[in-house]
Amino acid sequence: MSLMDYTAVELGRKIKAGEVSAVEAAAEALDSMEENDGKYNCYVTMLDRESVLKRAACVQKQIDEGLPTGPLAGVPVAIKDNMCTKGVRTTCSSKILYNFEPTFSSEAVINLEKAGAVILGKTNMDEFAMGSTTETSYFGPTKNPWNTEHVPGGSSGGSAAAVAAKECTYALGSDTGGSIRQPSSYCGVVGMKPTYGTVSRYGLIAYGSSLDQIGPIAKDVTDCATVLETIASYDPKDSTSVRRDDLDFTSALVDDVAGMKIGIPKDYIGEGIDQTVKEAVLAAAKVLEERGAVVEEFDLELVKYAIPAYYVIASAEASSNLARFDGVKYGYRTEQYDGLHNMYKKSRSEGFGPEVKRRIMLGSFVLSSGYYDAYYLKALRTKALIKQAFDRAFKKYDVILGPASPTTAPRLGDSLGDPLKMYLGDIYTISVNLAGLPGICVPCGIDEKNLPIGLQLIGNCFEEKKIIRAAYAYEQSRGGNLK
Amino acid sequence: MANIVTDETIENVALLAELELSPEEKEQAKKDMANMLDYIDTLNELDTSDVEPMSHVFPVSNVLREDVVTNGDGSEDTLANAPEEKDGAIVVPETFH
Repeated sequence: MSLMDYTAVELGRKIKAGEVSAVEAAAEALDSMEENDGKYNCYVTMLDRESVLKRAACVQKQIDEGLPTGPLAGVPVAIKDNMCTKGVRTTCSSKILYNFEPTFSSEAVINLEKAGAVILGKTNMDEFAMGSTTETSYFGPTKNPWNTEHVPGGSSGGSAAAVAAKECTYALGSDTGGSIRQPSSYCGVVGMKPTYGTVSRYGLIAYGSSLDQIGPIAKDVTDCATVLETIASYDPKDSTSVRRDDLDFTSALVDDVAGMKIGIPKDYIGEGIDQTVKEAVLAAAKVLEERGAVVEEFDLELVKYAIPAYYVIASAEASSNLARFDGVKYGYRTEQYDGLHNMYKKSRSEGFGPEVKRRIMLGSFVLSSGYYDAYYLKALRTKALIKQAFDRAFKKYDVILGPASPTTAPRLGDSLGDPLKMYLGDIYTISVNLAGLPGICVPCGIDEKNLPIGLQLIGNCFEEKKIIRAAYAYEQSRGGNLK
Repeated sequence: MANIVTDETIENVALLAELELSPEEKEQAKKDMANMLDYIDTLNELDTSDVEPMSHVFPVSNVLREDVVTNGDGSEDTLANAPEEKDGAIVVPETFH
């Protein structure tokens, strides 16, 4: 058995017990990256071997000296390339940041480092997290480790694929409309988006600030809860950070769902879903029911309005957030230009890819004079209605259950031709971001093409523990066999 | 409603977004934006006249602090990222005439 087969918590325990050293763990991870990344392209930037091993030795020394270190000390991790890492290139998979080396690290990364994490590299993503396949990356698509002719999902496709391909033990992703849960579903791993405000966004390069949230992608629910517990913190540097005193997520790793009320939105298993996905998700619900949960279908209203509302809001915020990339202070600057404005325009037009331009333009339009009320405010009002629909649902249910995506991973090249069709694939994940809710995706089956299917569990705001408990109980009942 | 996307709309949006588009990109943008707006117009099926716009799901307010430097002088590292640098400053095209 390779060290890369262990979960993060198992590996951390072995390191702490002295059975394995952090340096050995890092070396195996580096070997796996060297051997596999040519096939999958999970990483935009791999840290050089020497510096990773040096960091691992440093963590090992702290453990040997008996300094307080958490369950993840010495465990190798991959970071999505939209989180700033001091002195390590951070590109957002965009040409416009192809050479950017942040002068500071994001708070989530600092929290991991304090806990003794060993960072391996920066993972590939859709450019600026805009996309659902990791095909909009300037650095080429990531391939799904289950079948390299298929996409890994997106936008955190590199992180999900790196976990699935054992090119890291766990990873961080970010989720604006499903970007952790959907690639976790496509790659057969566990991914979690916490309640908005739980993990600091300081140093996360913003896409849709009111929706973005960092979260873990890992091999199992225990790892997800452990990583989330490590990265969650109140941070005065993020004005939307929420002060919470219930961050002991691992206390919810309880194999018991007796009496838990679970609702399945009818629209989540209705039109547009693959039959195999539907069957696998309903079978997972059955498992929880057999364990004593009360499961029923219900009408979650307004499901079809989430995607249009999301694209207005996310694009509007993106057009504002991405205004800072202008070729002046860092990143790509065009070679020839005539004056300041021409330099801005040419740098941005050459530096951004088509999907980013599409969303910046849509965002500029919905915020522009004459259309602001009809589009932007309309979307914000719709968001309020969607939040109210979830509030009503959580009066009746502890957890909402459904698929993470209507299909398994599409083939490479099949999605980009029709943006609207690609957007529609996010129907089960997007409303969670609009309402600020936590959601987790756990593998629940394999389809006839041998691609994984993901079960999504959604909780009310600040109720991560309920979805962690349900996901953990399901995982225990499911065992290792996905079929 | 999507017939509001004209050549002029795209020109205006490109100006706002600081983008220079080729003629092909302009045509594509016109098509893509019209498609998206048609789809977004389904929101008009909802009566939202009595609903307040919700920008954040939790009540948030400004977080204020004293304006003091706490993270040291990062000017050297910051300048190292500049496309062009001279005498401790970032070089840009002539800005004022």
